[in-house]
Amino acid sequence: MPSKIDKELAFIQSALNLRARRQEILASNIANSDTPNYKARDLDFRAALASAMGAVGGSVALTKTSARHLDAGASSGQAAGAHVKFRATVQPSLDGNTVDPDVERAHFTENALNYQFLVDRATSTFRTLGRALESGR
Amino acid sequence: MSMNNVFHIAASALTAQSMRLNAVASNLANADSAHASTGGGYKAKQVVFQAVGLGKTTPWAQGVRMKEVVEDQRPSRLVYDPKHPLADPKGYVAYPNVDPVEEMVNMISASRSYQTNAEVMTTARNLLQRTLAITQN
Repeated sequence: MPSKIDKELAFIQSALNLRARRQEILASNIANSDTPNYKARDLDFRAALASAMGAVGGSVALTKTSARHLDAGASSGQAAGAHVKFRATVQPSLDGNTVDPDVERAHFTENALNYQFLVDRATSTFRTLGRALESGR
Repeated sequence: MSMNNVFHIAASALTAQSMRLNAVASNLANADSAHASTGGGYKAKQVVFQAVGLGKTTPWAQGVRMKEVVEDQRPSRLVYDPKHPLADPKGYVAYPNVDPVEEMVNMISASRSYQTNAEVMTTARNLLQRTLAITQN
């Protein structure tokens, strides 16, 4: 029976994982801003979080080391490459690259702030937990 | 830890951009290396980038690497200078097909990309430090 704190932490954990993944995607875009034919991508955060939250409390994702292993119902939100979409571009360049460095930088900073917010939420959840544990003394 | 991939992505971009800066430096350094008009002299070099995946489990994390170095196929610049030791019977000396304006633009672009990726690394480091400090205070 998951408690309220469990639920809160599960949410923060999923959201932090997805924020970290989005940070990777945006870093890839920035790194490839001069790569011919590279298409900028982004994470559909709302959909990814919704499916990750739907999977929380369900089965745990297991790594398959043999082709004969059965699928253990890996959480769909954590599936590799799920919810990653190509970004619509305003000004494509001649070499087929669709990265707009300014847009990517803005998203990168925004995502970093959101990540920090979630870290603060986790910190304060743990602090609340600590206070509750100490209150009996 | 998925945030570590951000470091790898940014590091691959730093390497790639410094290679590009290297090519610019070679081109500019050799802009005045005269050679005989029959050919065989220095040709302007350009690096071509390519996106490269950072592992099967994280297909969204794409670093960048240098794919190849292409030589500019434009003809050499001919200068009429009969007193030059390398001059041909008509009095022409060939200079490399390096376009200094193009190289300066390339240099600024590479240095901006380098700065941006260094910034990405700093952000990733801050986020990781915040994450490590979740249970403190």
